[in-house]
Amino acid sequence: MGMTITEKILAAHAGKDSVVPGDNIWVDVDVLMTHDVCGPGTFAIFKKQFGENAKVWDRDKVVIIPDHFIFTKDKHANRNIDILRQFVKEQDLPHYYDVGTDNYKGVCHIALAQEGFNRPGEVLFGTDSHTSTSGAFGMFSTGIGNTDAAFILGTGKIWVKVPESMCFEFTGTFPDHIMAKDVILNVIGDIGVDGATYRSMEWRGDAVMSLSMEERMTLCNMAIEAGGKNGIIEADEVTTDYVRERTDAPYKIYHSDKDANYFFKKSYNASEMESIVAKPHSPDNKAKASECEDVKLDRAYIGSCTGGKITDFLAAAKLLKGKKVLIDTFIVPATREVEEDLHKEKIDGESLIDIFKNAGAYLGDPSCAACLGGPKDTFGRAKDNQVVISTTNRNFPGRMGSKQAHVYLASPYTAAASALTGHITNPAEFVNN
Amino acid sequence: MKKIIEGLAYVLGNDVDTDQIIPAEHLVYSLSDPEEKKNYGKFALSGVPAGQAGLPDGNVSFTEGDNFESKFSIIIGGKNFGCGSSREHAPACMEIAGVQAVIAKSYARIFYRNSVDGGFFIPFECETLLVEEIKTGDDLKIDLDNNTLTNKTQNKSYDLKSLGEVIEIIEAGNIFEYARKTGMIPSS
Repeated sequence: MGMTITEKILAAHAGKDSVVPGDNIWVDVDVLMTHDVCGPGTFAIFKKQFGENAKVWDRDKVVIIPDHFIFTKDKHANRNIDILRQFVKEQDLPHYYDVGTDNYKGVCHIALAQEGFNRPGEVLFGTDSHTSTSGAFGMFSTGIGNTDAAFILGTGKIWVKVPESMCFEFTGTFPDHIMAKDVILNVIGDIGVDGATYRSMEWRGDAVMSLSMEERMTLCNMAIEAGGKNGIIEADEVTTDYVRERTDAPYKIYHSDKDANYFFKKSYNASEMESIVAKPHSPDNKAKASECEDVKLDRAYIGSCTGGKITDFLAAAKLLKGKKVLIDTFIVPATREVEEDLHKEKIDGESLIDIFKNAGAYLGDPSCAACLGGPKDTFGRAKDNQVVISTTNRNFPGRMGSKQAHVYLASPYTAAASALTGHITNPAEFVNN
Repeated sequence: MKKIIEGLAYVLGNDVDTDQIIPAEHLVYSLSDPEEKKNYGKFALSGVPAGQAGLPDGNVSFTEGDNFESKFSIIIGGKNFGCGSSREHAPACMEIAGVQAVIAKSYARIFYRNSVDGGFFIPFECETLLVEEIKTGDDLKIDLDNNTLTNKTQNKSYDLKSLGEVIEIIEAGNIFEYARKTGMIPSS
């Protein structure tokens, strides 16, 4: 029996020729990522378990990216950044991206890609559920808690139960107004918020392989919203071109065997995809945008690891250019690199930053910001019973800061079209005009 | 490991996510400072919408006022308990509030793993959708030797699923103690 790409990568990192789903194995970790929310707790457990003066297993494999609660006056949140700094100093860690310096990056999952830490065939763990994003590079990546992260810091290893794999195949061509966000919301709607629990979500097909790295990252990013352990897409030339621009580190490309065993397989015709929203209060509460046009909105939010990459802003800008938004619209680039690209990228001579400003949108600094609510002074944090359309990843009650708020998840195209009309809007005619 | 867990039930619905268990704005407190970490108990389950908090009636606060400990020590959940983020503050806040066990139809993977590896409490599974059977405030007893749950208030019993392979980590206390026991890391 053949193996899936996930099984092959895990087997290789456990020193085994083969594994089958359900095997409990100890794997060697290539990269451990943590951030300001989970780093302090992780470091405290590491010191308690391995000793005050213990050293991390491999300082070159630890990446610390503050990104969650950055632009806030909250004293505890700021104290947590100080704890990161102290640990980095004690351990002399080379991969730290400090707040308030030129080295600050922003949202960890996008920064990992941009800084060259996502490499095909590797195993990456992070103290954040959206660590599944890195799977877009043909690697195994998943989220863990502080305890497991502290264990990795001390040993470089962690136990993993080999997941069963689910295969989602898209063939043909996506319509111009369809983005990866529509695709993943569609799939989560089909299988439910626990439809992939403990399992790997593998994306295949010519339509998937036609996507850019950023769009592939969106697909893998939301694997966790179906309960998935990891999302994964085999590496190809698109992947290696992206990786080689950012790192010289070696990598290894794995492919699923033709006779690999899948727990579930589903094929979709890409050309039949429609713009999808997830209605309150669950990412699997699927509806077509065209069916929700009676939903009046108070604000639009475009940002986060899921919907705050330059591809996402190019899409939004295409629709907002030369027009005015009717509702409060928040633009939050995921990282500094995305923010710089907002200045560099132009549509008909006008930079994206100018397009957004002239449309009347509000611009925020790169961070996770209101995707997860955050401290009271967080940019874009939802208030009261506002109705919000957002390119972020979760809409459980209270996620964006107010338990009474109603959050609709959508693609950047749908969010931008809706910002122009003030109600949920199918972006098809805006995109195709 | 205790052989018997007894306590009052606090009943929640399906898909209780980690933002409901501990809203993100509270993820700033120290988890190691004995005084500061009490904030986690105080705000445990504070993101659950009022109507879903303490079923079947709802509108039951898990902790009252400034208290960081709850009178409820056994949480009853539906399917996909603990979905959402990887924040270990979620099982931690429940333990700080005094939770000894959760019994759910199913769990989100990272929450389950964090509960076991961190040794916060025991996450049991039960085939029966207990949310429809047990009322908040019912007096419960879990027998770990026999994997049974008794509702002393209603005089009913239920079978719990075996804890399976993770029982070794639960019995050791947490992933570090398990690794020491098995020789993966040196004994301290």
